[in-house]
Amino acid sequence: MNNDEEKILLKITDNKKPTGAFNIRLNKKSVKKQITDNVNIISKAENKGLDIIIKEDTPLEFIYLPVILSESGLTDIVYNDFYIHKNAKVYIIAGCAIKTNSNKKSTHNGIHRFFVDEGANVTYIENHYGEGHNHSKIFNPTTEVYLKNNASMEIKTTQIEGVDNSIRITKAEIGKNATLTINEKILTNKDNYTESQFEVNLNGENSSCQITSRACATDTSTQIFKSNVNGNNKSFAHIECDAIIKDQAKVTSIPAVNANHSEANLTHEASIGKIAKDEIEKLMTLGLTEIEAEQKIIDGFLK
Amino acid sequence: MLKLNNISYIIDNKTILNNINLTLEDNKTYIITGPNGSGKSTLAKIIMGINKPTSGTILLNNEDVTNNSITIRAQKGISYGYQSPVKFKGLTIADIINISTNKINSNEELSTILASVGLNYDEYSNRELNDKLSGGEMKRIEIAGIINRPSKITILDEPEAGIDLWSFNDLVELFSNPKFKKNKTTIIISHQQKLFKIADEIILLKNGKIEKICNNGNYQDLLNCHNYCCQKRCKHE
Repeated sequence: MNNDEEKILLKITDNKKPTGAFNIRLNKKSVKKQITDNVNIISKAENKGLDIIIKEDTPLEFIYLPVILSESGLTDIVYNDFYIHKNAKVYIIAGCAIKTNSNKKSTHNGIHRFFVDEGANVTYIENHYGEGHNHSKIFNPTTEVYLKNNASMEIKTTQIEGVDNSIRITKAEIGKNATLTINEKILTNKDNYTESQFEVNLNGENSSCQITSRACATDTSTQIFKSNVNGNNKSFAHIECDAIIKDQAKVTSIPAVNANHSEANLTHEASIGKIAKDEIEKLMTLGLTEIEAEQKIIDGFLK
Repeated sequence: MLKLNNISYIIDNKTILNNINLTLEDNKTYIITGPNGSGKSTLAKIIMGINKPTSGTILLNNEDVTNNSITIRAQKGISYGYQSPVKFKGLTIADIINISTNKINSNEELSTILASVGLNYDEYSNRELNDKLSGGEMKRIEIAGIINRPSKITILDEPEAGIDLWSFNDLVELFSNPKFKKNKTTIIISHQQKLFKIADEIILLKNGKIEKICNNGNYQDLLNCHNYCCQKRCKHE
């Protein structure tokens, strides 16, 4: 990897160099891989992706799976399957950084499936970052989650900047006493387009799901948030979509909750609006200019 | 020193402030009191620059700041603690204290600042300034930020509002501390008699005009003034 590639790698790994178990994928090829006693990473045929297998009762392991596209005009479709066995605990940091140097489109479609066994606990961080020519950086992540009884998973996704076009799909099937928490943060500017879709089935008794989406849309960008949560058993879900809108940007929020059981308790709230005048004024009384105040509020909102 | 010359504020043909003249000196604490709607908060906002006066001038240490923006006035040393603190989704208590104090405070410093208003660092520093905090908690955080901000003029708009009795006594002690009062002018908008005793002067506003000023920290004079204020307030209400 050259310096530029290392720099954009750190953008999606929360500034940490991969250690422990990891696989670094650069321009459609695995360039560096490391496994541990508890985490095995097996390449699928024709470099199409990985099987990541985490042993039963693994105490806590960190796994890094960054993807970098630094050559323009590439389309990289990656299928990663995670098998997290009984009572294992893992912290996975994945994501994609695209850097383009021409108008040729670079596309990353990451299809991740998580098979989470009973009692296992997963934290999944996914960051997306783009740099270079407009209209050339396209990300379409799909995440499928299958939570068995008493399993739990927390997903934190961040679309940092420079993502020109993105359709993000998350699907989940949740078992008895299992919990899924999703925190999504999205910033769009210029004429970016991002659509985020969630389809969750609460199948097990006492299953629960919480989806929180925070978005900031500026310039002429467009964001669409769609969620469809089905309470098919005694279950709990809360969906929250907050968006700050600026300039000529557009945001649509379509949260749907479907109670298919009399003891399903499902709520949603959506709020879209510009930054309140009193928030800006308050920070101005502390010495910030109007522009600094606005930026501070957006940074905090998406932190 | 802050000097208000002939300040008037008229909005929708209604006179909110009518020809206010005041000289507020360094190292002194002033209480502005008066009935609801008498113009107290408007006067505070005019000093901070949130509202623009219809006429008149504001001098900060003999410099005319009337046309300065909120930001410039804040940078020149005017601070304002809101009556109803502003909530932010995303900004934490540590964030707002750091912005207020113009520095990145260490954990120990943040802990001391929060403890001064009865809040525990571990419990509060990373919490967001959102709807999950009570009015009293928001008020304490607001006060913590303002009293620790380097200022020449500190304005606190009804600091006692939403604060329970135990915290209120601490608040009175805090404002009485000579360290707090040193090298600045403190303006407190309040109806609370207990706060009157820490004031060097009490200014009574009524219908947008200065009705009475009690001078020199004479306790009896202040008490008489307080009774006078209450009387007027009751009549007004």
